[in-house]
Amino acid sequence: MADTFKLEIVTPEKKVVDTAAEEIQIPGKNGYLGVLPGHAPLITELAVGEISFRENSVEQRLAVAWGFAEVLPDKVTILAETAERPSEIDVDRARQAKARAEQRLANGDTMVDVDRALDALQRAETRLEVAAKK
Amino acid sequence: MANILDIRRRIRSVINTRQITKAMKVVSAAKLRRAQERALAARPYAQMLTNVLKSLVARAEIYDPETGEPKHPLLAQREEENILLIVVTGDKGLAGAFNANITKAASRFLESKEGKNVDIEAIGRKGRDFLRRRYPAAKVQTRSLADLAESIEAEPDEAERAAAIQITGEHVGILGKVEFAQASALAQNVIARYCRGEIDAVYVVFNEFKSVIAQRLIVEQVLPIEQIGAQTVRLVEEMTEEEKKKAKEAAISAGVGMRGPQHEADESASQFGTAQVDYIYEQSPEELFRALLPKYVSIQIFRSLLESVAAEHAARMTAMDSATNNATDMIDSLTLVMNRARQAKITKEIIEIVSGAAAM
Repeated sequence: MADTFKLEIVTPEKKVVDTAAEEIQIPGKNGYLGVLPGHAPLITELAVGEISFRENSVEQRLAVAWGFAEVLPDKVTILAETAERPSEIDVDRARQAKARAEQRLANGDTMVDVDRALDALQRAETRLEVAAKK
Repeated sequence: MANILDIRRRIRSVINTRQITKAMKVVSAAKLRRAQERALAARPYAQMLTNVLKSLVARAEIYDPETGEPKHPLLAQREEENILLIVVTGDKGLAGAFNANITKAASRFLESKEGKNVDIEAIGRKGRDFLRRRYPAAKVQTRSLADLAESIEAEPDEAERAAAIQITGEHVGILGKVEFAQASALAQNVIARYCRGEIDAVYVVFNEFKSVIAQRLIVEQVLPIEQIGAQTVRLVEEMTEEEKKKAKEAAISAGVGMRGPQHEADESASQFGTAQVDYIYEQSPEELFRALLPKYVSIQIFRSLLESVAAEHAARMTAMDSATNNATDMIDSLTLVMNRARQAKITKEIIEIVSGAAAM
């Protein structure tokens, strides 16, 4: 069996990754899942989280917010709304977004859409986490 | 006979104008190239999303087996009473008839929907200015897209209408750098309004851009989604042959490729999600379908923004190319007039000298 699979990560703005990878961790909506070459065909929605994959034994990380993945035995394709490498993450902005979301949740204002605030909070936290690990 | 000095001054002024139009043409060509690339970069995502949706349609029960009604609100067809029209124009002028054509098409569309309530979301300064002169602003305004992306407050309830046709949102200055987040924010807002039943149909009027010589002005129906992967076009205006010829000449002289992005569409993208295997679905196909459909709307709006930007640059490039050509023609004819005047002056002087000498 081949020891790598083709990996493509695509956002509406560009193709972020197009490479051969040995292993990938995908933040599925129902929990993280690890994929090695030869995985059974699978389709899943992604949650907000961190994708990490190994390419030539080098681990790489990306922060993703909402997406969609198709796994085939020899290929993994990920459609993500945003996918950022640690170097692309604007840490200050993420920090501000986190503070803002936390404040909104703390206020308990009825006008605030709690789901969206939680989403925003999670996105910001993921960004910060990924950026910290680089 | 005109004064030689005056003519010379005019020639100089036309030369200056030509320099400006030439520079603008080069700039537009460069921007067009970039806009084309961006439109191309968005294509794999759109293609993949469409494919997955198509394959999900086959697997998920999206129509209620008993009543035949679609289960997803975005597929529901309703009697058109309240319509939302998104008008995509440019922020800047000097692009030939680009903006005028769009506003004209928008007006024609509004006429055809007379008697119904129409909300307008204006994208681009030119279209906004035009529409604002005609139609009142709604009492409740959609916030600007930049705010929309950030804000997480719930939308206020619909207030009374200002008029049958009203402007509910103005989005200016986002076209310089179109971001998916902005298109997505607008799409979410539109979807929310659609699901609440405030609007029964959503149309986008924009200039579709396949390549420099393959453009058309269309009114596209975004919601309800009639068929996934197929455009539902309500009104089309193709380029005339003359426009095509002009655009072609401009593109050649500016060194912009004529081949549209669609020829380079990613092979692998079109295969995404279509493999003939039994997938393990982490979520049920219905659930996936529900999550993906709104993204489909976002990507459609995103695409119309990107293509409109490319079309705007192409239109400006063409307009500036003809302006440059016209300036050259004008310089030629003015030079001719000037030379003639100079010749006449010299001839007159010689006659004066000769007759003066003869008189002595």
